[in-house]
Amino acid sequence: MTVKLKVENVTKIFGPRPKKIIPMIEKGASKREILEKTGHTVGVYNANMEIMEGETFVIMGLSGSGKSTLIRCFNLLNKPTSGAIYVDGENIVKYNKEQLKFFRQKKIAMVFQHFGLFSHRTVIENIEYGLEIRGLSKSERRDIAQKHIDTVGLKGYENQYPDELSGGMRQRVGIARALTNDPDILLMDEPFSALDPLIRREMQMELLDIQTRLQKTIIFITHDVNEAFRIGDRVAVMKDGHVEQIGTPEELLETPANDYIIDFTREIDRSKVLQAMNIMSKPLSVMNGKDGLHVAIKNMEEHGISSVFITNRERQLLGLVTIDGAIEGVKNKKTLEEVMTTDVLTATPEEYVQDIIPRVLDSKYPLVVIDETNRIEGIILRVHVLSSIISNSAEEEEDEEILITPIETVNVTK
Amino acid sequence: MEKFIDFLAMNFGWLFDFIFTIASTTIRTIETALLATPWWAIMIIVFLLGWYLNSILNGIMFAAFIFLIGSFNLWEDTMTTVAIIVISVVLSLAIGIPVGILMAFSKTFSVIMRPLLDAMQTMPTFVYLIPVIFFFPLGNVPAIIATIIYALPPVIRLTELGIRNVDSEVIESAESFGSSRNQMLMKVQLPQALPTMMAGINQTTMMALSMAVVGSMVGAHGLGERVLFSINQINISLGFEAGISIVFLAIIIDRLTNGVANRLQSTGRRSA
Repeated sequence: MTVKLKVENVTKIFGPRPKKIIPMIEKGASKREILEKTGHTVGVYNANMEIMEGETFVIMGLSGSGKSTLIRCFNLLNKPTSGAIYVDGENIVKYNKEQLKFFRQKKIAMVFQHFGLFSHRTVIENIEYGLEIRGLSKSERRDIAQKHIDTVGLKGYENQYPDELSGGMRQRVGIARALTNDPDILLMDEPFSALDPLIRREMQMELLDIQTRLQKTIIFITHDVNEAFRIGDRVAVMKDGHVEQIGTPEELLETPANDYIIDFTREIDRSKVLQAMNIMSKPLSVMNGKDGLHVAIKNMEEHGISSVFITNRERQLLGLVTIDGAIEGVKNKKTLEEVMTTDVLTATPEEYVQDIIPRVLDSKYPLVVIDETNRIEGIILRVHVLSSIISNSAEEEEDEEILITPIETVNVTK
Repeated sequence: MEKFIDFLAMNFGWLFDFIFTIASTTIRTIETALLATPWWAIMIIVFLLGWYLNSILNGIMFAAFIFLIGSFNLWEDTMTTVAIIVISVVLSLAIGIPVGILMAFSKTFSVIMRPLLDAMQTMPTFVYLIPVIFFFPLGNVPAIIATIIYALPPVIRLTELGIRNVDSEVIESAESFGSSRNQMLMKVQLPQALPTMMAGINQTTMMALSMAVVGSMVGAHGLGERVLFSINQINISLGFEAGISIVFLAIIIDRLTNGVANRLQSTGRRSA
């Protein structure tokens, strides 16, 4: 993966003489002190990050944390007071007017929180705006715009005006308008914050969908941790203009850099972030079906377990044999296939924990995690699910409770 | 001050003559065109406009007004007044809209212009009527100049306001697509400001109309002249007829321009 956008020591200060303020911050003056003494607002201080090609990078923070200021530096709606921003290795801060125009027309597009639509233009006229100012002919831009109208599901709304649409529909126009320019980088400034929760969820899913198809580099701003973790490949957390930590959602949960991150992620519903592959354990209780019942019993004795999963040579799941079943099979001279039950509940590695919970509770046996070719990747016990939901900062007493649960699980299978 | 005015009159006489010739020819052309149009044609046009922009009831009312004006025997005077207003308003817009745009873009220019606009609106009209006669022969032209001075501020102010009030995110989004300054103005700022500007245009038109009588003091023809005449003659009925005709004109023009503004606003500003 190559670096698409690199942010180097970017600082943005608002006010009449921003350069003068930099020494003050270097001495450690706080944002509030500077505002009171000089009337300057520190938007972003010394931000550093590298955003990879094709990545969905989320910048998260509360209002006033500087996230919107930072994202506006990426297309120079805000010119950084100091520092450099490299896109494909070129420092865009040094661009002249023409270069900047070209850069904005071809390489980068933005979606806004309150949509930023042109209310005097119809949906399709909004969407083709970027092409229009590039000087494409009407028929050319209609064709391209129409394609994107289909992408975002706005078919039939082409000739309506933005005020005739619902919020969700309007943001679809915003997204289509940005995509129509075919930018490498898509900036999204809290695009779903103004939408109600149900629509927001739907739009998030559609964005993920569009992203799998188009593979853009997306930089996404939000104040909502759940949204950040659902959408982001990596997440940067900002506070008072500083970047506090950058990492994958799992990294932020498992190894938070400081108390602020812990605080921030406390609210998060971990079962919506962690996936089956994060919590599954190595499948000890797996054996090749060719080996027969005696080997199965021995295997269970060795590992102190009450059931074993049966696979073929390619480690593809065939079924499950319990200890009771195996012993009875030996007594009645049955083959392994005859006592094997194929009634096993499975999950895919990418499934979120919250979606697995009901199956784990229903099943008498561990849940098997299999990939798309039916190969076993791991197994999930109830204990895995429970311990994953309880965060690191949880108290020790709770840990003891967890220890009790696996024993029960084993008992049930016996 | 006196010397300055003398100086202007002496040295720029050719310029004022030139302006005078153009202005008076234009007025005469419009007036002739209006008078050449049969009265019922104008009545039908006004009726259709009223119907289209507002309601059929409005259309009927406007047509009745036009008919009444005709029955007062003031048709020719009314058309003269309309011609004066049309040319005053067109010139006001030609000056006012660019000035408003410049004020929206330059804070300094805006700060300089504001007291000037205040002066234009509050200075008693007669004060600048006198020097205007100095430069032009009595008649319609000095009246038009005075009317423009008086009617210009609203369209300037509301053009500036309209452009400044365009949603910042809309501006940002136009900018983020790499619009040039001109594209931004023509494709985004002006269309977005249009409803506000229409309110200014409406105000300018109404103020131009209210100058009809004052303008007649420097020799403008039309309904204002009739009013002045009737005051001198203490001719109550003529005064009322001419006065009411002005009111009718005002109502028709106000409703029609308002109708355009509402139409721009309510249906997604779709004419832009």
